[in-house]
Amino acid sequence: MRCAGEFHRYGVDGVLVEFGSLDEVRTAHRALTAAGLADVVPAARTVLVTGADPEAVQRILAEHTGTAEDTEGKLVRIPVHYTGPDLELVAETAGLSTSDTIELHAGAEYQVAFCGFAPGFGYLTGLPAELHQPRLDSPRTRVDQGSVGVAGEFSAVYPRPSPGGWRLIGHTDIALFDPRADDPVLLRPGDRVRFEPT
Amino acid sequence: MTTFTVLATGPRALVQDLGRPGYAALGVPPSGALDRGALRLANRLVGNPESAPGIEVLLGGLSLRANGSCTIAVTGAPVLVHVGRAREFAAAVVVPDGAVLTLGSPATGMRSYLAVAGGIDVPAELGSAAADTLSGIGPQALTAGDLLTVHSPAVRPPSTDVAAARRWPAELTVPVLLGPRDAWFDDPAAQLRAGTWQVSDRSDRIGLRLVGPPLRRAARYTDAELPSEPIRTGAIQVPSGGSPLIFLADHPTTGGYPVIGVVDPGALDDLAQARPGTGIRFRPRH
Repeated sequence: MRCAGEFHRYGVDGVLVEFGSLDEVRTAHRALTAAGLADVVPAARTVLVTGADPEAVQRILAEHTGTAEDTEGKLVRIPVHYTGPDLELVAETAGLSTSDTIELHAGAEYQVAFCGFAPGFGYLTGLPAELHQPRLDSPRTRVDQGSVGVAGEFSAVYPRPSPGGWRLIGHTDIALFDPRADDPVLLRPGDRVRFEPT
Repeated sequence: MTTFTVLATGPRALVQDLGRPGYAALGVPPSGALDRGALRLANRLVGNPESAPGIEVLLGGLSLRANGSCTIAVTGAPVLVHVGRAREFAAAVVVPDGAVLTLGSPATGMRSYLAVAGGIDVPAELGSAAADTLSGIGPQALTAGDLLTVHSPAVRPPSTDVAAARRWPAELTVPVLLGPRDAWFDDPAAQLRAGTWQVSDRSDRIGLRLVGPPLRRAARYTDAELPSEPIRTGAIQVPSGGSPLIFLADHPTTGGYPVIGVVDPGALDDLAQARPGTGIRFRPRH
């Protein structure tokens, strides 16, 4: 896929490149980081590049011929206790049994598209279409650390306690974010994820 | 090894250095001292590298007992620096073993910066000692009873800076580079140039929330929604109500409201010192 994005100035040393799809964002992110650019921040439909010449950015994107699937991101296995407070709601909304819901969620391979909202919070694409559904009508004031949720087309794990509106289907005991560790963030853009029922 | 016993803090005292830039792709804001120039100066005055961890003191009131002699300097919002008697602001001051250092409250500005020769010794998180008030990374805010460790200072002469006194006016004019979403707004340069806003008291390290005339969208964007996109320090975000918010160092890394422009980096130190009620005017350019 050749990358063609719309360029917007974003501060004296920044350019925001806008794409039509999340797939294009992921491709662009791969291309720019593979080219050695240090400050590349992907989001839902855009990538912010800071401290690089916009012409260089344009050239890298124009010349890139890989696809979003050509990823060298590591595979992360996340053990999940599928006992979330919204599991039945998610199953009911999808028109499935809870066991089929679990099987469907755990059977997919996900990819970290981008991070935002909180440190270590990775938006995971690859959620099966049958499980796409809206957020809760009323967000919780507190979601426990390690909660596994779905919202829209994404799944995600909450790295720390925070308010949150995602529908929670389980939780994991592994740490997604430890700022004192050598590698503080478990899920980085481009990494692949599989959830394993325990 | 010198330590400080925290006897009292004012509204908020945080360990800050020059932050942890470069982790926005992981959802981590840059944090660090909001008035970077003031921290750099304080560090130079005591012979530290400019990035050494110091204490960002919001509206004064910090009181520490030195266990071991040390050299300190206080910059930023001018405050009384009391060690036995009134000492010099924005200058190196020796604090003898057992002495109590107390900062007064600033009459102008918001944040003072205390540097100690050697720097404050706290564990680094993602390469920095900075306290991030959005996500909770880094050390907790100082509280009475805390014991702070100080790195042993390197033997080097302090830089001989002449520290000019800073004052902050009742109204700031801030240069702005329009974009990325200026097209979402009806004649954005004219609107930004025409209005005057005030810093609200709901402002903090995450951002300055401004009160004043709402920024009107262009007709075709009236009900438009924006997929979450990256936010950077200095971004002027305009939520649906139209009241602008200038993001500062502890900003969230993505957001779903349009950014009309970015304030010039050179204006950030003054914005860090803008009290609630300060008038804000913009000078936009493309």
